[in-house]
Amino acid sequence: MEDRLIVPSFTGVDVELDIAGPGGRSYAFVIDWHLRALLAIAWWIAGSFLYQGAIHFLAPDDSQSTGFAFVVIIPASAIYFLYHPVLEIAMRGRTPGKRMAGVRVVKHDGTTPDAGALLIRNVFRLVDSLPGFYVVGLTTTLLTERALRIGDMAAGTVLVYEESPGALTLGDSSTNASAAIGNEKTEIARDLLDRWDHLAPTARKQLAGRILGSDAATASPSSTDRELRAQIEALLK
Amino acid sequence: MDEATTRRWLERRLEMWQQTGSDVQRLEQGGSVSPEVALRTIRAYPEIARDLALARRVVPGGRATRRLEAIYAGLHRALMRDPVASRLHIVDFLARDLPAAVDSLKRHILWTSALFVACCVAGWWAVASYPELIGLFAAEEMIETVHAGELWTDGLLNVMPSSLLAVGIFTNNIVVAMTAMCLGVFYGLGTIYVISLNGLMLGGIFAFTARHDLAWRLFDFVCAHGFVELSAICIAGAVGVSVGEALARPGNSTRSAAFQSAVRSGGQVILACVVFLIGAGIIEGYVSPNPNFSTASRLAIGLGYWGCFVVVLSGRAIRLRRSAARTQIRR
Repeated sequence: MEDRLIVPSFTGVDVELDIAGPGGRSYAFVIDWHLRALLAIAWWIAGSFLYQGAIHFLAPDDSQSTGFAFVVIIPASAIYFLYHPVLEIAMRGRTPGKRMAGVRVVKHDGTTPDAGALLIRNVFRLVDSLPGFYVVGLTTTLLTERALRIGDMAAGTVLVYEESPGALTLGDSSTNASAAIGNEKTEIARDLLDRWDHLAPTARKQLAGRILGSDAATASPSSTDRELRAQIEALLK
Repeated sequence: MDEATTRRWLERRLEMWQQTGSDVQRLEQGGSVSPEVALRTIRAYPEIARDLALARRVVPGGRATRRLEAIYAGLHRALMRDPVASRLHIVDFLARDLPAAVDSLKRHILWTSALFVACCVAGWWAVASYPELIGLFAAEEMIETVHAGELWTDGLLNVMPSSLLAVGIFTNNIVVAMTAMCLGVFYGLGTIYVISLNGLMLGGIFAFTARHDLAWRLFDFVCAHGFVELSAICIAGAVGVSVGEALARPGNSTRSAAFQSAVRSGGQVILACVVFLIGAGIIEGYVSPNPNFSTASRLAIGLGYWGCFVVVLSGRAIRLRRSAARTQIRR
């Protein structure tokens, strides 16, 4: 399986994008599935309450069935079934679930797919979801080089990971830090600080020890988390 | 260039990267941007490319490099994207793309329609010869109603209002059309199955109603919406068969390219069919079950609507408008 989508550019510097495999895809899909199910249920409850002043899962009598269908059933079904195509077009290849999973749909040339391609991609869910639980789609993502489901093959799209360009910073580290410990180590140290709260204390201690070089962490087992963090921050200043 | 110098240089570029990053975010959110922002973004593309090339060498996989990769990918998406669809695109689609797509499907439409008609005849023959086979095509309740000398469509409006009926019908027809197209990925066999089954059902049900002298009444019900509905299903089948053929016989293209091209071209035709199927559903909900419409008026609606369908799919609708506009200019 290919890991990266490499797109040549006229600048001579290729655009490189990490391809999302079956795991990343499934993660995004599961989030989206829950969101659309919750939204549809929320509409069903709110719609039925607004229409009848009480929560009913079906129209209480035949005289109200048409209104109930148009106010409750049809909009809730539309939310559930049109969630993917509508949001992918509106959010240019993303959905809330894809955003949370850090993935987006692009064409093989790295650009945003047009509405036609996104519609095709979603219509082919009819085949990808066969015979149930997306067995066809999941199998093809496991077997194809770029982890594509049939909808992606039909539309010429691929799912890639994306990092938000929003929080761009070289950190508080100065050039002195780079000169002292090297660019690579500076980057690793800043990455560690970024991920500090998400790591287990033992992992933090080990990594901090490697960065601090003199095995400060292992040399002084009494060093607390806070002290280790302070030492790394001092190193970057 | 030593590491500290490179780093100092990269730090000096930080402001520009941040500016470009926020420009990219604005561009990706859509809407209009000022000419200054657009020009600044265009100028930033080669500059970011150069910075990225350097960052990849100095701090491969580093945080700054990853962020630069994201900005560069965002710039690439923003600058290389297709133009936004406008009214002109819709006119072009109706005047050029759609007729060209339909033209390329002519052979498939002919064969799929022939298969559908052949299956109708086969269904008719099968049920006319062995009436018990109707159980394969129709529900028990439907059979009982016909045995009682009535059509299941009689009094349909007493069961369900027109609006709801129309929504249910066009949703179902759109799903059938899309399924016929999508099942083409199984080398066209899935599509052939869908078309054959629909043909057999139609022929079988007509034969069954004919045995009870109800065929004319069934035709009376079907004629207002049926011409377009059946044509659209046949065309969706033709798209599915063309998708299957692209996979089986890709010609000079790669299999993947041929598949994409067939889906892309066929998808345009399906889009037009979907619009007409919505109309057919509305007719089926409001006109077909309404006893106040005479057979002549139903036929006029059915044939008139089918005429519109043919005119739009052949691109004549736009050509007629353009020639009318030219005549007016000459005057």
